[in-house]
Amino acid sequence: MKLKLNGTVSEFQEEMTLTQLLENLKIEPKAIAVEVNLNIIKKTDYQSYMLKDGDTVEVVKFVGGG
Amino acid sequence: MEDKLIIRGIEFKSRLWVGTGKYKDFEETKKAIEASGADVVTVAVRRLNIFDRNSENRLDYIDPKKYKILPNTAGCYNVEDALRYSRLAREAGVSEMIKLEVIGDEKTLFPDVCGLLKATEILAKEGSIVFPYTNDDPIIAKRLVDAGAAAVMPLGAPIGSGLGIRNPYNIKIILEQMKGLNMPVLVDAGVGTASDAAIAMELGCDAVLINTAIAGARDPIAMAEAMKHAVTAGRLAYNSGRIQKKLYATASSPIEGML
Repeated sequence: MKLKLNGTVSEFQEEMTLTQLLENLKIEPKAIAVEVNLNIIKKTDYQSYMLKDGDTVEVVKFVGGG
Repeated sequence: MEDKLIIRGIEFKSRLWVGTGKYKDFEETKKAIEASGADVVTVAVRRLNIFDRNSENRLDYIDPKKYKILPNTAGCYNVEDALRYSRLAREAGVSEMIKLEVIGDEKTLFPDVCGLLKATEILAKEGSIVFPYTNDDPIIAKRLVDAGAAAVMPLGAPIGSGLGIRNPYNIKIILEQMKGLNMPVLVDAGVGTASDAAIAMELGCDAVLINTAIAGARDPIAMAEAMKHAVTAGRLAYNSGRIQKKLYATASSPIEGML
């Protein structure tokens, strides 16, 4: 499965849920937000949200800013 | 005398709000925030660095129990982007507040007030507590209130310019109008040094938001402390009712009893 992940195309062995993707990338789902194909996914849906080949995923966090 | 800043039921301990951008490192940011006494810190929403986690700039050094997080939409040049960033910030789950920026021009970073109005209306309807970064325009300030803003945040001068409060008379008009509507006014952007912050507060602003003037100072931690004192002093002076300005002198010592 290919995903466009934060602007970079990445290949994954098998299909997975959003929770599995975050675990795979060692991203703690704390103070982050995830968008799939421009739709924001609610945290409560990560577990059930199945990613598909070709999905565009954006994972954002907070950084220093004014 | 109780002089609390309360916006939409949220009580703020300090009238100085600070940004977390442009610091040398996290340690300096942390110390400067502490020295400022602020309990609101602004942050930006950016892509997480997925492939190089060591270079990560996460805000772990900001304790969400100690500070209220105010995410911004800095870098957004249209309504769609501002909405997208605001909604992502809200979903991240640290704050219902958003410092809404819809920037109109790269060189001045002046707000696109037409876009700002639209975005404010939509986000306020969605339940966000919207703090719009706006121009020092009293009419737009009123429109923002109609659109559901929780406060108005007029600029003192362009972001990062350090030019101070360039149009105190407009800020004063905004303050007069907002007072009648019980709407807080925060000066956001333009403060260069402590006296600028004091002037904003002496005018009657409810709070001041500062980033560059602290982060860009030679000693950011000392400047953070200076800003804390300036905001406190300015507020006290405002509450104390200053004397009228006069062209000529009035002696402070009595004439009576002179030899």
